[in-house]
Amino acid sequence: MKVQIDPGLCQGHGRCYDLAPDLFGADDEGYGQVLGDGVVPQEAKHDADLAVLNCPEQAIELLEEE
Amino acid sequence: MAVDDRFPRLPREPGEDEEFGTRSEIITGPVRDWATDFSHLEPEWSADPYPIQDDLRQRCPIAHTERFGGAWLPTRYEDVAAIAYDTDRFSSRAIILSNLRPPLELAPVGGSPPISSDPPFHHDARKLLLAAFTKKEVARQEPATRAFCHSLIDSFAGRDVVDAAYDYAQHIPVRVIANMLGFPPEDGPQFREFVEDLLEGINLPPEDRQERVSRLFDYLLDQVHAHLDEPRDDLTTFLINAELYGQKLSPDVVTGAMALLLIAGIDTTWSAIGASLWHLAKTPGDLESLVAEPGLLPTAMEEFLRAYAPVTMARLVKEDMHWHGVDMKADDWILLSFPAANRDPAQFDRAGEVVIDREVNRHAAFGLGIHRCVGSHLARMELRVALEVWLERIPEFTLADPSAVTWATGQIRGPRMLPLRVG
Repeated sequence: MKVQIDPGLCQGHGRCYDLAPDLFGADDEGYGQVLGDGVVPQEAKHDADLAVLNCPEQAIELLEEE
Repeated sequence: MAVDDRFPRLPREPGEDEEFGTRSEIITGPVRDWATDFSHLEPEWSADPYPIQDDLRQRCPIAHTERFGGAWLPTRYEDVAAIAYDTDRFSSRAIILSNLRPPLELAPVGGSPPISSDPPFHHDARKLLLAAFTKKEVARQEPATRAFCHSLIDSFAGRDVVDAAYDYAQHIPVRVIANMLGFPPEDGPQFREFVEDLLEGINLPPEDRQERVSRLFDYLLDQVHAHLDEPRDDLTTFLINAELYGQKLSPDVVTGAMALLLIAGIDTTWSAIGASLWHLAKTPGDLESLVAEPGLLPTAMEEFLRAYAPVTMARLVKEDMHWHGVDMKADDWILLSFPAANRDPAQFDRAGEVVIDREVNRHAAFGLGIHRCVGSHLARMELRVALEVWLERIPEFTLADPSAVTWATGQIRGPRMLPLRVG
């Protein structure tokens, strides 16, 4: 599983880096950024789900890896 | 260095305060039918708007009023979101609904950029402010905010009843934003007057309102001059020196943005802190849970923001159009109620209940789309610290007199008098 942010939708609410700080960070203007390669370790799956479900702009996707 | 002559102090000419724009008849008094005659300025709405919104969502999801020269009130999440996202058809050149519509020429900048701005100017003006309001940047204010909250509670010593809105909540954002803008902390009481001048008294004659707005801008000009004389590491000096499109900002943009930062951060956060404490004072089970498990606060806080979202915005319809079943006319107001959106059962399970451990909470308290509250990270920090300190110091409290609680009238809603029994 990988997380991905659509930069066209993100408005910098910061819910993702509040709820899943191991997966997301902020850029210099507060927009969300995926940390590293975005791969979600098993133990972070719940945090990833929370980030997806709490993003007010629905800018985050959880993708099945190929 | 060249003298900065953008900010001359000119004596005000008679009549200069008269603002250009279109005035509408001031209509006050009891609402006949909320679907066709709504007014967010009547006491029934300030006391408890949620049953009204819930009723409208069922029977007339885009309500109308002839007051304010014509306005619409959508109560479904879906419609509120659609308007927030549609900056082509809904302008932000006025975001406080009143009886005076500013002229089209005010767009795309508006009187208090970037909240009053439309694309494309909006993006560039907002970009100037974003870096100062990131989560990381506002964290620098946290130690002073925490110490200030403690000092307020220290001052309650010996009292059995304190007013959580008046003696506590209101002071916190005032102090924080004064510090960030570099204004004298002792001017705090004046800021509260400015906030009331701009956000309340909407149905006063436009001349009176304009006079009040002028008082704010006179104050801001004084602060600009104090900062020109003595530049500092704060937001006022930052705005004076900031450049857009290779030029320093126009004086109206500098003072307009200062006005926004001063006004928008104060009674919004004050309301969020007060409403959270009001809820806990009347809900002992939730208070006990939070005191027993402080780690729950970040989740509970989001639920307070959803259920008691303090901020409603306004928009102006750009052109006549048929929209989601109603006929909107150019220059009709939209009362963009994020609080109503946040209680839409189509969007939230148990929408009318406060569920403090709600894990999935895609609320719109800070808006949606390009106008997401630029101060949301600051507001969340202040709300969290204010509640943490209160719960740590005063873990037991109740409403001293439920009938004495009063709520602000207008687009920002929160308790203004909130006597709590703390001893």
